[in-house]
Amino acid sequence: MWKLFTQQKFMLMWLGFMITILSWYAAVKWLPISSFQRLPDPLTVVIEWFNTDPDYGLSVFTRDYYLHIWYSTYRATTSFILAVILGVPLGILMGWRVKVNDYASALLSILRPIPPLAWVPVAILIFPGSEPAVIFVTFLVAFFATTMNTLLGVKSINSDYFKAAQCLGARPKDILRDIIIPGALPSIFTGLQIAMGAAWFSLVAGEMIAAQYGLGFMILESYNLVQYPTIIIMMITLGIVGYISSAIIRLVGNHLMRWREQSMGLSLT
Amino acid sequence: MTDKPVIIDSSTDARFGHLSVQNVSKVYDPLGAHVEALDDCSLEIPAGEFIAVVGPSGCGKSTLLNILAGFDNLTAGQVLIDGEKLATIDHPPRPGSDRVVVFQNGALFPWKTVLQNVVYGLVVQNRFPESEANEMGMELLARSGNLDRIAGSYPSQLSSGMQRRVEILRALINNPRILLLDEPFRAMDTVSKTTMHRYLLEIYDQYHKTVFFITHDLDEAIFLADTVVVMTTRPGTIKLRLDVDLPRPRTRETMLSQRFLELKQQAVSAVHEEAKKAFERGERELA
Repeated sequence: MWKLFTQQKFMLMWLGFMITILSWYAAVKWLPISSFQRLPDPLTVVIEWFNTDPDYGLSVFTRDYYLHIWYSTYRATTSFILAVILGVPLGILMGWRVKVNDYASALLSILRPIPPLAWVPVAILIFPGSEPAVIFVTFLVAFFATTMNTLLGVKSINSDYFKAAQCLGARPKDILRDIIIPGALPSIFTGLQIAMGAAWFSLVAGEMIAAQYGLGFMILESYNLVQYPTIIIMMITLGIVGYISSAIIRLVGNHLMRWREQSMGLSLT
Repeated sequence: MTDKPVIIDSSTDARFGHLSVQNVSKVYDPLGAHVEALDDCSLEIPAGEFIAVVGPSGCGKSTLLNILAGFDNLTAGQVLIDGEKLATIDHPPRPGSDRVVVFQNGALFPWKTVLQNVVYGLVVQNRFPESEANEMGMELLARSGNLDRIAGSYPSQLSSGMQRRVEILRALINNPRILLLDEPFRAMDTVSKTTMHRYLLEIYDQYHKTVFFITHDLDEAIFLADTVVVMTTRPGTIKLRLDVDLPRPRTRETMLSQRFLELKQQAVSAVHEEAKKAFERGERELA
């Protein structure tokens, strides 16, 4: 175990953390810029974070801390799952059937560049309550990322695979299962990674505007209530939760694409 | 219990794999650019014959292969296989496991193992339960140079020559009437190519499948085939049909024999003429 931590890779990793924390400490404590001094230093944040009786009401020992994490995770996951359920099949259909592509691609090209925040007022108007509105806004960005990367994945499949499958007697449903889905999978999972990142991004923005709970809500709320250490705690928590969510996607992807892992470093043609 | 598939030796059953191409023409984009790819092309390929088709780039070799494979339709004439209509204008051909293509750049499915690739045809057509198909796949792999040892590998772990061998077996296991090989050894170095030739001939001598083999390489064509067909530049027609009367099994010595050189001489002049035409026309089209 000790060996693992002394490896160069881990040394460098810890060095990176150390330098960042030290710079943060230095900026707050030593820089003669008064506005920087409003920020809590790393030590204050850590003490607050692991305090059994936190000054501002949120630490790993309080129920509310997990409630905020739970709300944000629940919203991000729901949006993400909706995006996968709708985006992957749409992307596959668009890549597979020219007609579907003709219907959808121009429409998507115009809707996609609209930033998620621009949807917030409309979302609040059309949905009862803020919960579905936040989920909707989060869903949208994830959906576009998923659809576009799935489409790209299907288009990038070598056309000889389709011909070969037909020669061997595959019917359309076989081609979908044996060629299109596995062939598009690498690109689909790239899309899912992007979608998850984008989901967190717009979730936090959405929560700041229209929510009662959640990490994004709490960041803005702590600012308003002058609870600065809590802001930092929530930000770091977001980082950790976001990292875990994309690590899960990566693990699932690697599991589904073992054929690819074995061929790393070898050309595919 | 289903019957075990027997890969039928076409030399014992003259009805299996006879291909008849009759006055076939193919025009791409007839209302627009009107590109004549094939013009009144006729070709008889008896069952069990190895035919190699050579010609300059764009002479319609691949068009002909696409029609035989069922990827593309003809615009005149007809193609019969064992007396049945394969393609006419009213009856566009469809891809099927009786005519399997081995592709120029290889088309093994990278997400399937060697064994899964080989048995894919049997499984997807529901001809056999998967376990039985796997057994048959292993048997065929084992019989073909002990390839059963790589059954669990993924294609990208294999050399390109090995990939091509597996792809040929993936076609063969379906007991096709005809094997369509679209310049399968083009991207290979000379040494691997020689190995592949030996391997392909071994398979041919074993099963006597009708083989339709496209290539640019005249040595390869004469060395492998019973008949070498030289096609003209576009619109493609048959310029020369050369009977290769070299004895089988063919060995390295075959390529050094007097007869081999004579045949090559005939083929070279025919190919050269067409290549020159194609080249000159290319210049005119640019001007």
